[in-house]
Amino acid sequence: MGQGTAQILVYAVVLVALSYPLGIWMARVYTREKSDVVERGFVRLLGRDATTDQSWKQYGLSVVVFTVAFSAFLYGLLRLQGHLFLNPDHLPAVPWAVALNTTASFVTNTNWQYYAGEATMSYLSQMAGLAVQQFVSAGVGLAVAAAVIRGIARRGGGVGLGNFWRDLYRSIVYILLPLSILLAVVLISQGVPQTFHGHVAATTLQGAHQTIARGPVASMISIKQLGTNGGGFYDSNSAVPFENPTPLSNFLEMLSILLIPFAQVVMFGRMVLARRHAWVLYAVCFAIFAAGVSIAFPSEQHGSQVLRNSGVDITHTAQQSGGNMTDKEIRFGIADTALWATATTDVSNGSVNGGHDAFTPAGGAVPLVNMFLGEVEPGGVGSGLYGLIFYVLIAVFVAGLMVGRTPEWLGKKIEAREMKLAAVGALAVPTMALVLTAVAIVTPAGLASVLNPGAHGFTETLYAYTSQSNNNGSAFAGYGATNFSATLGTVALYFGRFFPLLAGLAIGGSLAAKKVVPASAGTFRTDGATFGIMLLGVIGLTAGLMILPALTLGPIVEGLMH
Amino acid sequence: MLRAALASVVAVVVCTVVLGFGYPALMTAFAQVALPQQANGSLIERNGRVVGSSLAAQSFTWPRYFHERPSATSPAYNPAFTTFSNLGPTSPALRKLVHTNAEAILRLERPYNPGLTIHDIPVDAVVPSGSGIDPEISIAYAHLQARRVAAVRHLPLATVEELIRRNTWGRTLGFLGEPGVNVLELNLALDKLGGT
Repeated sequence: MGQGTAQILVYAVVLVALSYPLGIWMARVYTREKSDVVERGFVRLLGRDATTDQSWKQYGLSVVVFTVAFSAFLYGLLRLQGHLFLNPDHLPAVPWAVALNTTASFVTNTNWQYYAGEATMSYLSQMAGLAVQQFVSAGVGLAVAAAVIRGIARRGGGVGLGNFWRDLYRSIVYILLPLSILLAVVLISQGVPQTFHGHVAATTLQGAHQTIARGPVASMISIKQLGTNGGGFYDSNSAVPFENPTPLSNFLEMLSILLIPFAQVVMFGRMVLARRHAWVLYAVCFAIFAAGVSIAFPSEQHGSQVLRNSGVDITHTAQQSGGNMTDKEIRFGIADTALWATATTDVSNGSVNGGHDAFTPAGGAVPLVNMFLGEVEPGGVGSGLYGLIFYVLIAVFVAGLMVGRTPEWLGKKIEAREMKLAAVGALAVPTMALVLTAVAIVTPAGLASVLNPGAHGFTETLYAYTSQSNNNGSAFAGYGATNFSATLGTVALYFGRFFPLLAGLAIGGSLAAKKVVPASAGTFRTDGATFGIMLLGVIGLTAGLMILPALTLGPIVEGLMH
Repeated sequence: MLRAALASVVAVVVCTVVLGFGYPALMTAFAQVALPQQANGSLIERNGRVVGSSLAAQSFTWPRYFHERPSATSPAYNPAFTTFSNLGPTSPALRKLVHTNAEAILRLERPYNPGLTIHDIPVDAVVPSGSGIDPEISIAYAHLQARRVAAVRHLPLATVEELIRRNTWGRTLGFLGEPGVNVLELNLALDKLGGT
């Protein structure tokens, strides 16, 4: 355990050390008045919509219309890939239900995958379809977060939140693209393929035939990690050596999962001029992350029931990592797989470097609970920030009730309208996840997707709709694709994206219009430990209690089995 | 609405061209020039023929070779369709699989390794890997197989142990990840050494 713990600590230190300067840089990107030459050209090309200071409604409209347009394009591409170029392995069209689900999944920054990438998607679909969305959906998230923050920070002089197209441009060109190029270069050096050549036919040492899938992998994997996307080139995602060949590539990919999400909390503090408050939020996110790892790692090391009873050697020694090695890779062992599973569900990434379906009951409950908390710890690129703001508002409101004053936050009064929006933003998604799980568990069509028997099958279903509703995309991968499950998932994906997104923008718009009230002696302070504990409590009580009954039917029952 | 729609159409085209073609093309050009071996799949050739990739397991069943971990892909060790086993922690199917795999290992290794029991089998030898093409086995599993390989090939055990040591990929920078033995590279090294 010692060596694994040391790795996790080093990871945490590097994460904090890098997210801080990146957050400062990001704040500068979104507050800079001047635009570069290319940005001016881009804006001119896009026309009038890109030149105005948009109200929250206009901003939201641009986001929705853009998403619809890109959805139509991507769906068409997936259905027509068989007739198009860059398809060296002659893959046919993606079936309609899978294409529909995949489209929704990638434009919403989810990357739930009901297909095996290397056997379903042509290079054109992977590269010019899915990987483009990994940039764009992350860029949209960051843009919306920047707009919401501007609304909060606004001190008089209009109700505009900025311009969506400009923010999108800056998110991609100044943040996502440079980091992706950097990461892709390192990944290639570690052995991640980057080629347009098709499959290779090999003759093994025993004379058998083996077909090796490759392609433009590295360019996709880098943005998949940085943009909290998660959708990989291969079916087994980052467990596959071609996506994640060495412990170093694994470390950097894990770092990329949490880098921008933590940096955006720092960015928030700079933009609203409340750095101490932002550090409190940062600490809360970090505490939830640390709690998750400290449950998942020992549980997996302890091993699953079947393995403990089997008699095989599961002790950790210098010669093997031991523990629950089912669906895990040798080079990562237990610590790196548990750390990844926690990180990927604390944000909306969802990539995996081992099979979550095979996790122990407690180990598998960690990613499930993480997602259910709405992935606000610190959540998806962009989306996590406005998700976190919902909880902050609820915490401020509850604190206000306790001291008997109208709640204030960052110099603005929080009133009924903001509270309604925050409640919708925080509760709509977990509610939808539970309702869809219920639908899938009582209908024969829904049960057809379940792989494992008993309580574990229920957990698979719960995980599937929680993951899609929260736009995470990680999977208990035994849950299978049917037309029913793919369509139900599509509903979860779109609503899970736009409920919180529009609620966040509306809060930004609402706060932008408010007058500043100077802080007084009675103002509840939001920049100390008291508020941090308060916020933890609110997150635990709102989302945590919603999932508890469902947890007892799944992982808890399973954990009690022998 | 119309203005947003027009802007969207233009943005879809611009994003697809720049991010969907320009960016991967740039990365591919770089990779093919600077790191062609890695960029093309870390392929291994012997006598001018591709025998596999150092990043993908392949099926070894002959006693003269070190064997891989179990794989859940179909057929086993398929780098064109990777998959998890998705067998849960209480799954009866997993229980059966572990039992079958352990029995097979005992049957194979006992003639060379008398007194071997199930308690000596490291867990990675009996459960499927994540990718189904994990190129490595634990050092413990390699040592367990060493006696058989040495005996079948009429090599001194020390020679085989030395080859295991040389084909072990250690922790990166001394602390990242877990060490493992690359099976294909180890078997290639054995073949190079000769022996029957």
